[in-house]
Amino acid sequence: MLREKYKSEIDELLSRYPVKRSALIPLLYLAQREEGYITEAAMIEIAGILKLTPPQVYETATFYTMLNLKKVGKFHIQVCKSLMCALVGSDTVVAWLKSKLGIAPGGTTQDGLFTLSTVECLAACGTGPMMQINDDYYERLTEQKVDQILADLRTIGTSSLKSGPYMWPLPVGVTGDK
Amino acid sequence: MPTHEPILLKNMSQPGYTGSLSDYEKTGGYQALRKVLGKIAPADVTTTVMKSGLRGRGGAGFPTGVKWGFLPKDHQGPRYLCCNADESEPGTFKDRQLMERDPHQLLEGIVLAGYAIGAESAYIYIRGEMVLGSQILERALAEARAAGYIGKNILGTEITVDVWVHRGAGAYICGEETALLESLEGKRGLPRVKPPFPATHGLYNKPTVVNNVETLANLPHIMNRGAEWFAAIGSPPKSTGTRIFCVSGHVKRPGNYEVPMGVTFRELIDEHAGGMRGEKPLKAFIPGGASAPFLTPDHLDVKMDFESVAAAGSMLGSGGVTVMEEGTSMVWAALRLMEFFYHESCGKCSPCREGSSWLVQTMRRIVAKQGRPQDLDTLSDLCKNIAGRTVCAFGDAEVAPIMSTLKHWRHEYVTLIHEAEMANLIRPVTVGARN
Repeated sequence: MLREKYKSEIDELLSRYPVKRSALIPLLYLAQREEGYITEAAMIEIAGILKLTPPQVYETATFYTMLNLKKVGKFHIQVCKSLMCALVGSDTVVAWLKSKLGIAPGGTTQDGLFTLSTVECLAACGTGPMMQINDDYYERLTEQKVDQILADLRTIGTSSLKSGPYMWPLPVGVTGDK
Repeated sequence: MPTHEPILLKNMSQPGYTGSLSDYEKTGGYQALRKVLGKIAPADVTTTVMKSGLRGRGGAGFPTGVKWGFLPKDHQGPRYLCCNADESEPGTFKDRQLMERDPHQLLEGIVLAGYAIGAESAYIYIRGEMVLGSQILERALAEARAAGYIGKNILGTEITVDVWVHRGAGAYICGEETALLESLEGKRGLPRVKPPFPATHGLYNKPTVVNNVETLANLPHIMNRGAEWFAAIGSPPKSTGTRIFCVSGHVKRPGNYEVPMGVTFRELIDEHAGGMRGEKPLKAFIPGGASAPFLTPDHLDVKMDFESVAAAGSMLGSGGVTVMEEGTSMVWAALRLMEFFYHESCGKCSPCREGSSWLVQTMRRIVAKQGRPQDLDTLSDLCKNIAGRTVCAFGDAEVAPIMSTLKHWRHEYVTLIHEAEMANLIRPVTVGARN
């Protein structure tokens, strides 16, 4: 149960808002962090914490694309397919990932490791093509980079190719494109 | 030739600048707060911002000081400030850089705005995908609280402005200010019918101001250097200050460039972004994010200020400039943007909800060379019946790519439909199996 396990975190979140319902999305994120997706049980519990009805929680949860109501792979790969990335080759990245993972967008690999999705603009248009994997951005993608990222995730669970604080173009005298 | 002194990107352009509190203080950070809090009356801060001519950097370009002035003067009880950091307009990626590279510049702006409008609570509504940005802001907030710049009794005064980071969860529409408020209240992000406006009935039905990240980041500089200094930059009197333009697409050096308002698109694209990436010339560009109508090479000498871009038939919007080279299909480009709007329509208003689905299906058919001659009229009719008939500006935005490409590149649509007709004519017909 979330309430016992994260009591202080939940109390702190509730203290931020004069109206409890404002803590709904933060609490749904908490539930998602716990189990990888949001279960019905979690939504019922959150409704209890916020003095809402379960349908009120469900109503909000179903509106937002980042709240997963179904299980996703350990690494959720989301490739931007909006125009700005498409102009610089995002379709190639999607095709490359499809062939490497053997799944189409919407699918999860049999080992449960990767889910592939195509998504709309992630505010990295100057450094496209790009994708987000779980919390991290990966930008200026090439086939080689994608291969490296997948290999890193399989072996060590993270990749040094992920983006740091964003700045593009880099200022004069600073190098650091990975 | 105007001087190109960056204001907002200045700190982060210094080698070694990390965006930490001590780095920010070394560049003169939080001096505006010391100068203003308790020494200049809130109403005078608002007057200074009005005089500076600062206009909203999120897309609509509404004068910031005027927006603040709409708050009821005699209201008892809480008022709120919301920082719109839901940067989701395709082609726009400046707020992300401002938050991740120089978070304290934004925080100082938030406290100044909170002080001016009398808000003791401020929420930064950051788009959910920007996890790194929200972590950086949380860290900066902790530093600023510990140093007495944020929270209760700021710098030993009676003034309280507390700030929290609130993550969105992946909905473009939450960048619309009333949808943002709904979302912040824990509901579905559906825009509200206006009036009443947020100035009187905003967050929790209380007087509220919603300002974009870049708008707020300008405030410390305006308070430090004065309204006259700011009002002289750019293209006064109506478009003052600098803008961070986000250049993407087929250019050599895409990225964020801060220039005074009023430079031409040609200068931005050729001199700052390095020109086209290859041999192919520019065919089209979007001047202000996905919601702004496409422009042509004939518009390259248009000045990048609010009025000039509007006069050219588009809008300066969020500052996202997307460049497309010769050889790019304009019908395909419009479809790509239409797919975006179809995905992001919140579903509240029927013309937008049903119309976006109809538009995307028609566009997909045309691009797949299965279009019909009457499809062009269908597209125009649909667009006319969506624009201006929805609660928020999304309806006008979603028809912009199709209407503008139909206007400038109608022949590309006609060619695709003609090819579909030809293919139909020569398709072998088998009795009983015609389709």
